[in-house]
Amino acid sequence: MPEASFLLTIFVLGLATYSSRIAGYWLLRGITVRGRMKAAMDAVPPAILTAVIAPDVFLQGTAEMLAGAVTLGVALLRAPLLVVIGAGMVSVVVFRMIISA
Amino acid sequence: MNSRQSDFLRGLADIAPMMLAYGPISALWGTVAAGQGLSPVEALLMSAVVYSGAAQFVLMDMWAVVTPLPVLFVTVFVLSLRHVLMSASVARHISSFSKRKATVLLFWLTDEAWAIIERRALTDPITPWYFFGAAMPIWPVWFLFGGLGAWLGQSIGEPAALGLDFAFAAMFIAVVAGFWKGWRTGLVLAASAAAAIAGKLLVSGTWYILLGAAAGMLVAVLAYREEDADA
Repeated sequence: MPEASFLLTIFVLGLATYSSRIAGYWLLRGITVRGRMKAAMDAVPPAILTAVIAPDVFLQGTAEMLAGAVTLGVALLRAPLLVVIGAGMVSVVVFRMIISA
Repeated sequence: MNSRQSDFLRGLADIAPMMLAYGPISALWGTVAAGQGLSPVEALLMSAVVYSGAAQFVLMDMWAVVTPLPVLFVTVFVLSLRHVLMSASVARHISSFSKRKATVLLFWLTDEAWAIIERRALTDPITPWYFFGAAMPIWPVWFLFGGLGAWLGQSIGEPAALGLDFAFAAMFIAVVAGFWKGWRTGLVLAASAAAAIAGKLLVSGTWYILLGAAAGMLVAVLAYREEDADA
């Protein structure tokens, strides 16, 4: 049985993650976003997605960069998500094998 | 089949590929947690309550050293700052939800669920059942595999050998491709990628995500023209 101090710790840390998840909603709820503000908010999804993966794709090595290009190519063909993810996983494994061989 | 069921199943189908990738990565975290002395029950509870891969891996890094709880809290919150932006972004799509419903559903807002929901919002309105179906099902996968990993004490295969470590990047690339609306999108993506890479190289922690987001938003504002206000 976990100790009380452990339970308190994870409860507090859970509050940290949960508050980050609701903060943006509570800050912007009911505000109509227009003009430049809307342009900025519209940019959030592609900008964050790109920021999260850019180091994974560009700083890991050649295999990841090539696999990223293959994945993007398949994605631009409008393939289903599962196919795109599969193409990314298979190509990264193959490129890693080729490069380490 | 009523619309609630079909919305839930639609969300579940959209997130299903990610559920497969979550298991091994959570199990890997569980083995790290076991190495830091967490029992399987403790690992499961932490995964269920904290529910953040980035935060949990960093926490296990800090676990061996006695760290005051306020410091841990701030560290985890800073690691999660990107979720503040994600929840602000998703707020526009769930403005029809009741406050209570939104506040409950947002517990399950992860990077992956958020990406799926934003992608869906490009073409369809987001309903509470779609949100629930796209976001909640990864949660039990995450905490059960976290506990399982700690119980086994060894990794269920090496994620890198199966390309699982690239699954998240691949999904994000797929979602980014759907946001393409012309050259201005290209500028936003280039600014975001450049700032994130610079941030990753120069700043410790996960600040690079916020730097990339800020650069992308700034470029979007600079490239904005009044005439495409409704575009």
